[in-house]
Amino acid sequence: MNIDIKELGEYISSTISVNVDDVAFAKDELTLTVPVASLIKVLSFLRDDVNCQFKQLMDVCGIDYPAQEKRFGVVYNLLSLTLNLRVRVKVWTDEDTPVPTATELFSSANWFEREVWDLYGVYFSEHPDLRRILTDYGFEGHPLRKDFPLTGYVELRYDEEQKRVVYEPVKLTQDFRSFDFLSPWEGPKAVLPGDEKADEIENEDAS
Amino acid sequence: MAETEIKNYNLNFGPQHPAAHGVLRMVLEMDGEIIERCDPHIGLLHRGTEKLIEHKTYVQAVPYFDRLDYVAPQNQEHAFALATEKLLGIKAPPRAQYIRVLFAEIGRILNHLLNITSYTMDVGAMTPMLWGFEEREVLMEFCERVSGARMHMNYFRPGGVTADMPTGLGDDIAAWADSFVGFMDDLETLITENRIFKQRTVDIGVISAEQCFDWGFSGPNIRASGVAWDLRKSQPYDCYADLDFDIPIGKNGDCYDRYLVRIWEMRESLKIIHQCIEKMPGGPVKVENNKITPPSRESMKSSMEAMIHHFKLYTEGYHVPAGETYTAVEAPKGEFSVFLVSDGTNKPYRCKIRAPGFAHLQAMEFLSKGHMLADAVANIGSIDVVFGEIDR
Repeated sequence: MNIDIKELGEYISSTISVNVDDVAFAKDELTLTVPVASLIKVLSFLRDDVNCQFKQLMDVCGIDYPAQEKRFGVVYNLLSLTLNLRVRVKVWTDEDTPVPTATELFSSANWFEREVWDLYGVYFSEHPDLRRILTDYGFEGHPLRKDFPLTGYVELRYDEEQKRVVYEPVKLTQDFRSFDFLSPWEGPKAVLPGDEKADEIENEDAS
Repeated sequence: MAETEIKNYNLNFGPQHPAAHGVLRMVLEMDGEIIERCDPHIGLLHRGTEKLIEHKTYVQAVPYFDRLDYVAPQNQEHAFALATEKLLGIKAPPRAQYIRVLFAEIGRILNHLLNITSYTMDVGAMTPMLWGFEEREVLMEFCERVSGARMHMNYFRPGGVTADMPTGLGDDIAAWADSFVGFMDDLETLITENRIFKQRTVDIGVISAEQCFDWGFSGPNIRASGVAWDLRKSQPYDCYADLDFDIPIGKNGDCYDRYLVRIWEMRESLKIIHQCIEKMPGGPVKVENNKITPPSRESMKSSMEAMIHHFKLYTEGYHVPAGETYTAVEAPKGEFSVFLVSDGTNKPYRCKIRAPGFAHLQAMEFLSKGHMLADAVANIGSIDVVFGEIDR
């Protein structure tokens, strides 16, 4: 069976019975954006449909866009050995809305979801064992969020007097430096320094 | 005599145990010597690689990949280089592709040598370890000759490789590859039909093909269960499509088959190495676009433009067009992939690293339940885990 990834995208969007927000196709990769409510149905469709057979969940990963209302994305990367194709399923959520767990469908989702919980604080409902996985025992916060500082909040050292490892607030001998390499002449926001009025004029032209 | 209830007891395995292959802590619930529950605790080697990469330019991110699976560093770099190239819309020149594949296969042998020998040591054989490390040293010398570093090569960069191979290295590798066949035969006389090794591994940790899919297995571990799946064949990257090699598969999906698959993969890697050296085309080893790859040292001393390019590249780096990609390579341990999201700036917005060992270790409880404690050690060895990549 030889099916093109574009055809597959069309097939999925025409066959699937639940709501899919978006079927995007970029750089030979197919991305389905689905609402949280229909995630499990989409995943089980992709796994069980005869023409899809995405039996392997290779990866679940989180992504954080603090400016968005639904700031967290959870990205599921599926692989079909029969079609030799990959598909990506994306859901968007915020800090309070839980995402239904995929552990019932794929055993491999267990640790991947624990990792997303640990690093981003996205809650997975009905997850059998939602503990932290990569960070330290007793760690606080979710380190891969964009508002979590690179240096973290605590550092630890061995205390000779107490004969144990102690946690202390991070002390930086030199301020953490983050350089802004965005050239004012190119890049996403092309505003020349001191040329704030250009934006207003453009807006007037548009309206 | 009244019947007494025998309580299960908990055993703490690791985090500092030679058979744990690094810093794995496992909480085992034992019924006598039978494992009832197995809860691996990972993250003791967590260094926040993904967070750090978000704060580094694309060029600065490459060395972090060496430090993931430090047993075969080049294969990790390969995934990142390919992902970045995909977002940039460039392709490495043919010579660079051949050099990359050549060293990726050397990485595979480096990895399998370490895995097989340390795995056999876990189940009681000392000699293979000593033999294998001698050969690994030879391979690491090749890495040193080409990149200057034995292990953390920082050699595969987006757009090609750092520098061309020095003269004569290809012949030396070919000569070594010829002699390595004899070494493989010797190594196999020690292990393959060894009674103790077979008793420790045959029918231990059996996993079927369907269960492999469920647990997200890949690489030698899925092939040992009889699934002929190899990204080098099915989704070829770089010059793998032009090369002729076979995919060894196992039948039973037990610890012994996983060992056999790795042995045969090393032999196939030798084939690839020979072909790469024979077919190696001439030409540049990195894309000739000085916005992405650095200009030569000589031109930097004489040309102002080259100087500017050099300076810009090592301070600001290059801006990668916005987009996202999930790019996977067949690393020695399985599918190693990078989910790279760019927002159009000079730093990755998100770089998720998918380590094969993470998915494999997850199945530890499944593999070890009902087995003896000693079999857990065989299982850890056979699924080939390295904590650099699992904990990231």
